[in-house]
Amino acid sequence: MAHETDSFVYRLWRYDGAPGELIPLLQSAQEHFGYIPRRAIRYISEATHIPESAIYGVITFYSQFRLQPMGKHVVRICAGTACHVSGSKLLIESVQDELGIEVGETTADGLFTLFTVACLGCCSLAPVMMVGEETHGRLTPASVRRILRGYRRKSEAAGARPAAEATTGADR
Amino acid sequence: MKRLLVGMGTCGLSAGARGVHDRLGELLAGHPDRGELAITGCIGMCYCEPLVEVRENGRRVVYGEVTPARAEEIVSRHVVGGEILDDYVVYRLEEGRPASGREADFMAPQERIVLRNCGVIDPESIAEYEAAGGYEALRKALFEMTPAAIIEEMKASLLRGRGGAGFPTGLKWSFAAGQASDTKYVVCNADEGDPGAFMDRSVLEGDPHAVLEGMIVCARAIGGTHGYVYCRAEYPLALKRLEIALAAARERGYLGKNILGSDFSFDVKIKQGAGAFVCGEETALFASIEGERGMPRIRPPFPAEKGLWRKPTNNNNVETYANVPWILTRGAAAYRRFGTEKSPGTKVFALAGKVRRGGLAEVPMGMTIHDLVHLIGGGIKEGRAFKAVQMGGPSGGCIPSGISDTPVDFEHIPPTGAIMGSGGMVVLDDTSCMVEIARFFLEFTQNESCGKCTFCRIGTLRMLEALERITRGEGAPADIVKLEKLAVQIKEASLCGLGQTAPNPVQTTLRYYRQEYEAHIARRECPARYCEALVDFFIDAEKCTGCTLCAKNCPVQAITGEPKKLHVIDQSICVKCSRCIASCSFGAVYKN
Repeated sequence: MAHETDSFVYRLWRYDGAPGELIPLLQSAQEHFGYIPRRAIRYISEATHIPESAIYGVITFYSQFRLQPMGKHVVRICAGTACHVSGSKLLIESVQDELGIEVGETTADGLFTLFTVACLGCCSLAPVMMVGEETHGRLTPASVRRILRGYRRKSEAAGARPAAEATTGADR
Repeated sequence: MKRLLVGMGTCGLSAGARGVHDRLGELLAGHPDRGELAITGCIGMCYCEPLVEVRENGRRVVYGEVTPARAEEIVSRHVVGGEILDDYVVYRLEEGRPASGREADFMAPQERIVLRNCGVIDPESIAEYEAAGGYEALRKALFEMTPAAIIEEMKASLLRGRGGAGFPTGLKWSFAAGQASDTKYVVCNADEGDPGAFMDRSVLEGDPHAVLEGMIVCARAIGGTHGYVYCRAEYPLALKRLEIALAAARERGYLGKNILGSDFSFDVKIKQGAGAFVCGEETALFASIEGERGMPRIRPPFPAEKGLWRKPTNNNNVETYANVPWILTRGAAAYRRFGTEKSPGTKVFALAGKVRRGGLAEVPMGMTIHDLVHLIGGGIKEGRAFKAVQMGGPSGGCIPSGISDTPVDFEHIPPTGAIMGSGGMVVLDDTSCMVEIARFFLEFTQNESCGKCTFCRIGTLRMLEALERITRGEGAPADIVKLEKLAVQIKEASLCGLGQTAPNPVQTTLRYYRQEYEAHIARRECPARYCEALVDFFIDAEKCTGCTLCAKNCPVQAITGEPKKLHVIDQSICVKCSRCIASCSFGAVYKN
């Protein structure tokens, strides 16, 4: 969980005109809302006097920032060199089939958003993916499906309650 | 007293180290006589994670591929019973005996300077770093050496920047030191963006204090007042361990006002990268810290003169800083005993791809590619043929196995067309198509180009289109001419390193594997049998179990067969989408 002093509102309130705060503000906005809504851009613009258009320019430059809400589990499949030569393309296709969405989209039930990422830095465990903050390595199309179904089952068991995620990394 | 250490770097965690750690915790709880449980960073043997080390009286026994069940066995037989389970030992080290264990060959050719503490100490404990000689270099820099003497020592070590360009570190520091300014910045580039590289992540996760100490020493030498570590958001564990290290260093007076009672003050902040490869370029990195779009700026003025917020700035990468404390405590002469005359010291490589032992290895400069792949890497997976190594990521190139006797150092790698880079080494086997590898990297740089320079923005797209045509079997001989011409133009007309090196993967593959390009174009054939448009899909009668999954997943009903009987693909219907390969659990579908 984010530390209290990292919360978006607190950061915005504390902003003292120090330079270089825009990206940390955007990062905390994304952490707070799950994405960067229009109103967050307006709040930041009012506090920092940076034009909304310039903020938008920064948001769209960096791959981390999202202007659309994301699913509960963000699935990031590594498409780095080592994963690429170890078959990450097949994994991406398997996940697309399993979830019925394309890269960059969110499932209708709001459970999963699928992204590819340039490299997660776990190249010796290639191919890898991250679901939320958890890294899963040495994947096959079959194990990817199993892992995603596991997350789905866990969510269904937790019901509508936004439960904290239990985490395991053992899926070899 | 025994100590049990669990490797809890990202690689260990994703292989299941958390479950092993928790099980060991349960087994040791209530039995203080059994030993204490601790965590450590990456020892480098990522391929046999999770790793558990049992340490007693200087003897280190490392077990590999530990499951919670095997952890129980280790506790009952080794920790309690005192018996070493030789079958599971991957590495064993004790005084007076040669190193042994199944994977001792992986460690034997290595020299550990940067990774001296990785996998040895608890990265979240400053006391363990101090016990391993940590912050001695800082004391020396503060109380025994003048700033000028520090820079002289760094120059004498001939250390060259480990981030890719290889600029002499001592010289770089002297530029920033020579500037008169009341504010100077020390920046650590931890935006390890090269796909296929994970050295910096492992160092930050395994020994964050070494990097911090290097930065503080640098600040002392150049008169730095503020520090920044610019680290990728994709490395949550590295960021967490850095935060812990920073807080601990502040508490002990290694950071902040009047460090260790001296008149020197310096502090470090962490900046999280927001995901842009170009921010590995230093001027783009500064723009990003300043809260802007990470676009490179024109040099000169160089960062030493006008860098971050137009103030004198020194920027080095993680590995470079991690070398500094070692050099300062043991001296430049000791450092130069490693490696070659012109490229002294060591280099950390991230071995990945089709190599049997993928992981992190630190070797003396000048070791040959062959030795790295075969001696340390243990050769190619599944007994296939070694084809090439890709060095330096998207800015680098492919070095074919035919010249794998090339020593890896700053003198011998550039003439091959590749670059030293930051240390990513992706090993390719005979199933890798070199045109496809070039296409892969161009897709990456095309996507990551910031768009400032026309040749980089549009030229890389035109190159990518040509490569896509070739891999689809729609290429023409004129495409090769176009690729060669654009490569030169992009290099000459781009402002920063991204554009200046983007054509390298194409140029090196054209240089060494031109015949593969020609086969794609002239014969509509992919020699490695990789490019889908140029191969057909088949089902191996030996491996097919008739599970029907491939037929169910085929979007065009090209696969027929009875349950529990061999399935067959109708080539006239198949659209080569690969879904059958993805769905098969038995590896029965293949391309030819």
